[in-house]
Amino acid sequence: MGSRASTLLREEEIEEIKKETGFSHSQITRLYSRFTSLDKGENGTLSREDFQRIPELAINPLGDRIINAFFPEGEDQVNFRGFMRTLAHFRPIEDNEKNKDPTASEPLNSRTNKLLFAFRLYDLDRDDKISRDELLQVLRMMVGLNMFVSQVLRMMVGLNMFVSQVLRMMVGVNISDEQLGSIADRTIQEADQNGDNSISFNEFIKVLEKVDVEQKMSIRFLH
Amino acid sequence: MVLFLDFNPFDNLLCILLGISFTVWFTLLLVFIIVPAIFGVSFGIRQLYMKTLLKIFEVSGNHWAFLSFLAIIAKEPTSLEEEIKEIRRSGSNRDLDSASEFEMSDIFYFCRRGVESIMDDEVTKRFSAEELESWNLLTRSNYNFQHISLRLTVLWGLGVVIRYGFLLPLRVTLAFTGVGLLVVLTSIIGFLPNGRTKNFLSEKVHLMCYRICVRALTAIITYHDSENKPKNGGICVANHTSPIDVIILASDGCYAMVGQIHGGLMGVIQKSMVKACPHIWFERSEVKDRHLVAKRLSDHVEDKTKLPILIFPEGTCINNTSVMMFKKGSFEIGSTVYPVAIKYDPRFGDAFWNSSQFGMVSYLLRMMSSWAIVCSVWYLPPMSREEGEDAVQFANRVKAAIARQGGLVDLLWDGGLKRGKVKDTFKEEQQKLYSKMLVGTQEDRSRS
Repeated sequence: MGSRASTLLREEEIEEIKKETGFSHSQITRLYSRFTSLDKGENGTLSREDFQRIPELAINPLGDRIINAFFPEGEDQVNFRGFMRTLAHFRPIEDNEKNKDPTASEPLNSRTNKLLFAFRLYDLDRDDKISRDELLQVLRMMVGLNMFVSQVLRMMVGLNMFVSQVLRMMVGVNISDEQLGSIADRTIQEADQNGDNSISFNEFIKVLEKVDVEQKMSIRFLH
Repeated sequence: MVLFLDFNPFDNLLCILLGISFTVWFTLLLVFIIVPAIFGVSFGIRQLYMKTLLKIFEVSGNHWAFLSFLAIIAKEPTSLEEEIKEIRRSGSNRDLDSASEFEMSDIFYFCRRGVESIMDDEVTKRFSAEELESWNLLTRSNYNFQHISLRLTVLWGLGVVIRYGFLLPLRVTLAFTGVGLLVVLTSIIGFLPNGRTKNFLSEKVHLMCYRICVRALTAIITYHDSENKPKNGGICVANHTSPIDVIILASDGCYAMVGQIHGGLMGVIQKSMVKACPHIWFERSEVKDRHLVAKRLSDHVEDKTKLPILIFPEGTCINNTSVMMFKKGSFEIGSTVYPVAIKYDPRFGDAFWNSSQFGMVSYLLRMMSSWAIVCSVWYLPPMSREEGEDAVQFANRVKAAIARQGGLVDLLWDGGLKRGKVKDTFKEEQQKLYSKMLVGTQEDRSRS
């Protein structure tokens, strides 16, 4: 029998999530249905494997970093509240929210919080600083392994695929560690203001002050 | 002693009544179902049944609060390159002529795409039954409907009684009759010498038994464009939703089936079928040998006296909302391909076989206790591989034609993702695209 999604989500919970995240009632029930369809173990929480089962996410070069954003420090399971709290960062900013009471706590989808989400993707060790090494590692994730390394890996996986793969990789793009290194150096040079050779969150905000974060880090719902 | 005397007349009466009802039952069965199946005619009973059901749904449908589960979010169709350039342009401190090689804002693209796929992706939803917009009085289709009124509960209860008390036993009887006749008659025909008579009889027997099975499922099928029906020496390809697809196609034409030999009842049926006409069954070990498979298939299509082959190139059951990647094996053989599109109407019962949720037997029981299986079959015009087209391109062309006709979404994703992981090469393609953006601008810099 199909899972009876909304009968398991109580009205009070929906109200609480609404207040915390700003999603509407129907959006919450829809995302709950999505949550339960991803939850193969049917235990009310998602593990990293549940996320990795989504093919479009598995082929995203930063897929693992994005999955990591859902799991608080040291935890392996995320419940529906945590799931919604993270997704809330991508809610579009509505006009009537911009003029709200400044003393109220900042909504999860504010410009600052969207930037914080992106910052945390770079900040691998969660020390609130992006070091040169961390930047290099993330760059490497985005451009892929060196041809040589992926060839070796593929040899280890299956020899019969070797020939076609080598041929394919020969027309590919190869970016050396030196090239990435100089990109990282340039980036830190431009962003670093206090001379500690790493990028803090405030320096990060400054670099991206002109970027249309509100639009580029928002996902529009159809209903 | 007195007690026994009291029971005797009742016993007799009971036996007589049972005897009469069985006889009536079987006569009705014979006249209204089996005889028409043999001759391929129809009394129109099933069409009448379908119309009545629709009326009832209409009457009950308006009182329901429903949630529709179509696309949740708006996805922009922009490419990686376009979008990253846009992000860079909006935040650029430099002048627009010297394009930067890397910006910290590049990460936004991957972030958003990743979270979009977490909220709604194109693949995982193809492997579970489609969700309906309103309820069709089957508990199994009741996903998220609130507000069940008394009237509907009563209707649903009546439905349960009719479906399990009357329809299911009837259908099971028919199924056993159909399968039993198939096994027995094909074995008998197997004794005949090869020739015109044998082929003719084999054809008739196969058609008759499949038609009985069609009635066993109360399948109401509409065939379109029958002038394009597959001919000898050709390969018929169709989208795959359930094992019932075979019954639906084979009750309207004769095909050579392809598949792996199973054990148990399936194996018995397969072995007796192949006695009457040449189907292509493989041992489990042979299935992995692609050359052997290709050789046997091409040998078969070269012999013009043999029936067209029926193949489902997706390799697995999909939930009938989309068509997934076609495996190129059948498109390499070089014979004419006859595409067929099959679209089920989910209002009467969902035909999708979710093999991770149900075994074959429980699946068939679910099918036989639904209202009906209603579907449309379109025979598309035959296609051949064109000059300069390789097997993959040909397969995609056929897939697009089937998707268009059946109103299904055409996906490039592999149906094998139901069980397996996606290949690393797809991630590497994304990485390559992004790398080109970094390296490409480096080349511009060195030139200037």
